[in-house]
Amino acid sequence: MNLKPETLQRIDEVITHYPVKRSATLPLLHLVQEDAGWISPAAIEWIARKLELQPINVYEVVTFYPMFRQKPIGRRHVKVCRTLSCALTGGYRVCEQFQREFGCRTGEVSADGEVTIDFVECLASCGTGPVVMIDDDLHERVDAARVKALSDEIRTAAQRRPPAP
Amino acid sequence: MPVPPQRRLIFAHVDEPGYTNDIGCYLRHGGYEVMKRAFARKPEELIDEVKKSGLRGRGGAGFPCGVKWTLVDRKSGKPIYLIVNADESEPGTFKDRYIIHQDPHQLIEGTMISCFANNVRQAYIYIRGEMPHGARILEKAIQEARDHHFVGKNILGTNYSCDIFVHRGAGAYICGEETGLIESLEGKRANPRIKPPYFPAVLGLYQCPTIVNNVETLCHVKHIADIGGEAYTKIGTPNNTGTRIFCVSGHVQRPGYYEFECGKITLGQLLNDVCGGPRPGRKFKAVIPGGSSAKVMRFGERYKGKRKVGAEMVDYDWGVEDVPMDFDSLAMIGTMGGSGGVIVMDDSVSMVEALANINAFYSHESCGQCTPCREGSLWMKKITTRMVHGTARAEDAALLKGVADQIPGRTICAFGEACSWPTQSFIAKFGDEFKDYHATRQSAKPEAALPLI
Ligand SMILES: Cc1cc2nc3c(=O)[nH]c(=O)nc-3n(C[C@H](O)[C@H](O)[C@H](O)COP(=O)(O)O)c2cc1C
Ligand code: SF4
Repeated sequence: MNLKPETLQRIDEVITHYPVKRSATLPLLHLVQEDAGWISPAAIEWIARKLELQPINVYEVVTFYPMFRQKPIGRRHVKVCRTLSCALTGGYRVCEQFQREFGCRTGEVSADGEVTIDFVECLASCGTGPVVMIDDDLHERVDAARVKALSDEIRTAAQRRPPAP
Repeated sequence: MPVPPQRRLIFAHVDEPGYTNDIGCYLRHGGYEVMKRAFARKPEELIDEVKKSGLRGRGGAGFPCGVKWTLVDRKSGKPIYLIVNADESEPGTFKDRYIIHQDPHQLIEGTMISCFANNVRQAYIYIRGEMPHGARILEKAIQEARDHHFVGKNILGTNYSCDIFVHRGAGAYICGEETGLIESLEGKRANPRIKPPYFPAVLGLYQCPTIVNNVETLCHVKHIADIGGEAYTKIGTPNNTGTRIFCVSGHVQRPGYYEFECGKITLGQLLNDVCGGPRPGRKFKAVIPGGSSAKVMRFGERYKGKRKVGAEMVDYDWGVEDVPMDFDSLAMIGTMGGSGGVIVMDDSVSMVEALANINAFYSHESCGQCTPCREGSLWMKKITTRMVHGTARAEDAALLKGVADQIPGRTICAFGEACSWPTQSFIAKFGDEFKDYHATRQSAKPEAALPLI
């Protein structure tokens, strides 16, 4: 595991929040995923050792919670809310349009490696639907024009990013 | 009955221009003064105030908060934990989000008063994984409160110490259910525990007595400690005290959050006067009044019976619009106030398609421990999805009902009820639409109709 020093420091700190180490399973998975982008088999083994657990104890958590992923995804993660209030205001159309914008289906990585689109359950912002989360940021009342604008922003940001070393 | 003005108690500062979520702003608005006064009192007195207030839980079940606190096992010698349920996972609900993002110190103050009242030394805020900014805001606010000696060691110079940590979920609805939440906080799959014996008040987190309360409930505690339980009962109506935040979504002109005294506004006033009524050219068709698990109401139906007003029993004959928005009235007409999430559907909506959407949610979110829930939720989803995208049959309505009826009462947690009530109520109230769907689904849809599944 090649984690950043800052991640390692946060991992050691968060373990102290609980009287039982196992409780730190979700926090560690979040920290590792934020650092590495996904949860690899090596990460599962590493977390298990860190928390004095069996790998299965960590693995069964990874497979239970939708936010943990066992595969790398695109550099940007677009999550469109699928649940009723958003659907009533156009969530399904928004999801389709994003897929057209990036030429990939939900759960896939776009050809340029830039985005993964997911159709997720309720994001708890039902009054401003349809809502979309791009990475950590919530976007509200997303209509066709907003999908276009958000997609353009993603593409512009990708062009500005320095090439990977 | 005229439409009452909003009564903003919990949302007093939400969306207020210039109000920020840092401790400086909170202190300028009198923040933590209530806590200082509360810490000068005996913990039992504070519990008594909450009991007197009649405060009912805002997370879904409406269980009296004071009663919950008296059920806590205080003789075991084990530490008592408090968990703030900030999972906000019931579809249609989006109130805790604004408290967390815009007024986090109100939650921290209410939490600390509740911890002090119950001799809690460690609290956790379990926040849904999809609110990363919310988690960071809470962490920052807690650190500010620690720096001011409102949280942590020797609070306010007393020998009472209590810390709060934020714990993030990871996208599973069942973590909102309190025992699933506890399992999740212990680092496991969020498989709910069976009650008895695992009542959190006795065998909760790490098998210790544990209080689980919703974010909004704990904010109300702050106001109860402020004005006193007796004065708090003057807000709202008997047995439905305080304010309620209604989260209105779907097909109204002005969706959003609105805080009113509990029971002082009717559903019709809320949807027509406050939310501006249906969209132009449309009519209301159905409303789910308390989060997506609550049983649906059909516009045009009537509710009749006897109800208690003061000491007397009086007849009532209500349309959907006449129902007062409080726990007891909504329960009386066969649905529930739940989490306060009001989802509105107009006449562009096919009820079969709306139910298919809801069923897809529940089948995705079942934890899978109980066969009736795991299989039943999946079958209900498959049947309704097939009706929309494959072949629909006249007998599907009866089939759906047959599946739904076998779930409630046969599962470990209340998700079993939550996933079957939508199907049961949609079929009971819109049965014809389900029976005729095979014939009608090819006909032209209203222009406003959107895909729901
Ligand atoms: C399936 C299910 C999901 C729930 N989701 C939530 C939730 O997201 N937030 C919440 O506060 N309570 C939720 N609850 C209710 C909790 O189990 C618990 O009753 C509540 O947190 C208690 O707090 P209160 O008494 O302050 O309402 C849920 C219950 C069930 C059965
Ligand atoms: S009722 Fe459903 S969600 Fe609840 S424990 Fe059983 S399978 Fe899990």
